[in-house]
Amino acid sequence: MIEAAEKHMHQNEDLTSGYTTADGRRIGDVMMDLKSITLRFGGVVAIQDISFDIRQGEIRAIIGPNGAGKSSMLNVISGFYVPQEGEVWFRGKKRPSLKPYQVAQQGIARTFQNIALFEGMTVLDNVMTGRLNFMKSGWLAQTIWLGKASREETANRQKVEEIIDFLEIQSIRKTPVGRLPYGLKKRVELARALAAEPELLLLDEPMAGMNVEEKEDMSRFILDVNDEFGTTIALIEHDMGVVMDLSDRVVVMDYGKKIGDGTPDEVRNNEQVIAAYLGVPNE
Amino acid sequence: MPETKSAVSLPALLARNVKRHGSSVAYREKEFGIWQSWTWSEAADEINAMAKGLINLGAKTGDCIAIAGRNRPALYWISIAAQKAGCIPVPLYQDASAEEMAYALGHCGARYVVAGDQEQVDKVAEVTGELPGLEHVIYFDGRGLRKYDHAQMTALAELQKAGRESDVDDELARREAELTADSTCVILYTSGTTSRPKGVVLSNRNVIETAKNSCEFDKLTQKEEVLAYLPMAWVGDYIFSIGQALWAGFCVNCPESQDTMQADLREIGPTYYFAPPQVFERQLTSVMIRMEDASKFKKRMFDHFMKVAKRVGPTMLDGGSVSFMDKLSYRLGKLMVYEPLKDTLGLRRIRVGYTAGEAIGPELFEFYRSLGINLKQLYGQTEATVFITQQPDGSVRPDTVGVPSPGVELKIDDSGEVFYRSPGVFVEYFKNPESTASTKAQDGWVATGDAGFIEEKTGQLRIIDRIKDVGKMADGALFAPKYVENKLKFFPDILEAVVFGAERDRCCAFINIDLTSVGNWAERNNIAYASYQELSQHPQVLDIIDGHVSEVNASIADDEMLAGCQIHRFLVLHKELDADDGEMTRTRKVRRGVIAEKFNELVTALYDDSPSIYTETEVTYEDGRKGKITATLEIRDAKVISAKAKAA
Repeated sequence: MIEAAEKHMHQNEDLTSGYTTADGRRIGDVMMDLKSITLRFGGVVAIQDISFDIRQGEIRAIIGPNGAGKSSMLNVISGFYVPQEGEVWFRGKKRPSLKPYQVAQQGIARTFQNIALFEGMTVLDNVMTGRLNFMKSGWLAQTIWLGKASREETANRQKVEEIIDFLEIQSIRKTPVGRLPYGLKKRVELARALAAEPELLLLDEPMAGMNVEEKEDMSRFILDVNDEFGTTIALIEHDMGVVMDLSDRVVVMDYGKKIGDGTPDEVRNNEQVIAAYLGVPNE
Repeated sequence: MPETKSAVSLPALLARNVKRHGSSVAYREKEFGIWQSWTWSEAADEINAMAKGLINLGAKTGDCIAIAGRNRPALYWISIAAQKAGCIPVPLYQDASAEEMAYALGHCGARYVVAGDQEQVDKVAEVTGELPGLEHVIYFDGRGLRKYDHAQMTALAELQKAGRESDVDDELARREAELTADSTCVILYTSGTTSRPKGVVLSNRNVIETAKNSCEFDKLTQKEEVLAYLPMAWVGDYIFSIGQALWAGFCVNCPESQDTMQADLREIGPTYYFAPPQVFERQLTSVMIRMEDASKFKKRMFDHFMKVAKRVGPTMLDGGSVSFMDKLSYRLGKLMVYEPLKDTLGLRRIRVGYTAGEAIGPELFEFYRSLGINLKQLYGQTEATVFITQQPDGSVRPDTVGVPSPGVELKIDDSGEVFYRSPGVFVEYFKNPESTASTKAQDGWVATGDAGFIEEKTGQLRIIDRIKDVGKMADGALFAPKYVENKLKFFPDILEAVVFGAERDRCCAFINIDLTSVGNWAERNNIAYASYQELSQHPQVLDIIDGHVSEVNASIADDEMLAGCQIHRFLVLHKELDADDGEMTRTRKVRRGVIAEKFNELVTALYDDSPSIYTETEVTYEDGRKGKITATLEIRDAKVISAKAKAA
């Protein structure tokens, strides 16, 4: 534990003004800093004294066995859960507790582990809901559909169409979401999150339940989003192969504690991580 | 005649169109959910910038420029721009594997590749090492390419920008002036059913003469709308979307993506349309499946009026006379069923529709014709710049391929092989004088490699099979596998069939089920299955296929010449035949030799009377990885009608 912490500190020293990834991307300053976060539900400690940061432009993975507290961590990052102890610093400011709409306004969007789309609405309408924060005209203007309301819709639709094009879901634009297979629903959810033009995108198990081909597609899209829009991405994922390929840095959690943090290679060779995933031999 | 003088090359035709209909729409593409359009003037401006960009980049006269990507206006433009800059465009199949691409690139010695998107760029990057002649990649859609090394890569937009800023107008004008009717217009690589692909060189004369003749044959005008969705490397698309479009000046519409083709087809409503039989078949299957789920009233109405259509539709389309009552019912049917259905299919405005490539099932063909769609057949080849024969309006039949196209001479030699001579006859196979010599005679006659005969009554050509596939069975009877396979494939449940029997005492067959059709049947009958493989071996599925095979046998038995081709034993394959595994060509023709070799043990089992066989097969996934599937296949005996039994 101490070793890991030391390593982490050592790393942070190296990283004070960002770093360059193996594939030549420049990772910037700290965007979000989580300091000694502890989250309890009654007597259950979901997260215990965890600190790590997310930097501008990087793909940051959070991994760990079932029940490690990954999703809770993501909810803390998004501002949905307020930790009992610790501080969340976002873009150089300490973040107070937020209402849901304020969460969206701060430039953080997310997808869910269990798809949360409007099943009866078309793909297009679902993605449009992601633009809600960009619609400023009042309900009256929208009802009579004049001037600003109409212009606004056109502008937002254009942005949405760009995302539809980007994620290659043109052929299902007008299809009700309820009729789509699982893999496509996941993609629509990503589209909706992107429609909010987030600076930080949180993906909760984007590849759960997918087959190999769908996983490859989704990985490609995640990399492309990061590359094309410069979006910072924090993701939770179980498929180790995917995590190791995609992410720049990985946080490993187990029973609510952080047991590793570093590049995929560092994490792979971390003994505690190996123990958590594979178990330790009885001596 | 200034008209003919000015039109010796495609760039000259383009200039003519700008003058004639500069402000009418020449290209459309659906992007971001909206149809974006370019007029002839705008397109010419883009093409001009591309041509200047190519010269600016260092392209020399005679350089090959490969083009790989889906149908997009920009890729059509670059192939005209290439010629403008004195270069030769070489369109490649976008779904070709990296090795297949490497072969064509290496063979033509392309200096530049224009890649549609990242996928194509990646394929080129994979084989760059083997291609010392390849200098630069120009890409259109830059998504995902930001991190790539751009030392030898340029975005098409950048190329155009540099072209616009450059000072090469004089050079461009000089090169364009050098173009003649004999300059190479394009090199198209044939898909190669049997051997390595060959690069067919077509001159401006080939393309322009053919476009002119075929436009006149079907009275195509500037008002036509076409949907460009077939592979750009295929000669048909080159003639329809570039040759004829430039000649007649009509608008080429590019779909938003491959998956949206059906929706885009409906939005555009083309007036001139080409599709291989598979596309029509897929459409019909989907209509039938949807009708199964329709309400009882709708279904009865559909069935009733389709019966009327089947009875009188084709006659009416051919201008024949029918009774007044029939005319009335057909009118009513038009209102209630045919027009709405055609609208849904996107075929409502079709004036001229063609199908070719494979034989089309008579039922399928009649279905579309009975709706009042003027669907016709043509017979053609890359070497002929498509057109050899085509059916004129008014005398269309499912089993012939039409009369010789304007300017085409036809002859049949003693072995039954079809030969032709026309203005569209290709110049040569690129860097392959031996093949050129063996295909094209000194006096211009070209062997098609197909066996056929001209029907005395109608003067229309009928194709039997590939001449090399028409063989003899052990007892000397005629063996025409494709004829039998086509009959099998006319059943919606059967996707592909491969018949064996050359030099053997009887015929046996491999069959591929159609997952859409059989899957739907399984769903309606509550038959559970986990995979294609499992469904294909389901006893009830085998029963159905058995029934189809018996029906085919019964119909073949009627034909004295081919009665020996009845299928004695068959098996249903556990995997779909696939171009990725080399079992089919990219244009979905079966590679008989490859299949016989690969499934050697299955063929043996067909002939040694074993009731089933265990097999392991290697498959290649779309991303190039390989896997293995194992299965135990049941072999069935089919009902064969012997000549004696018939006589009795």
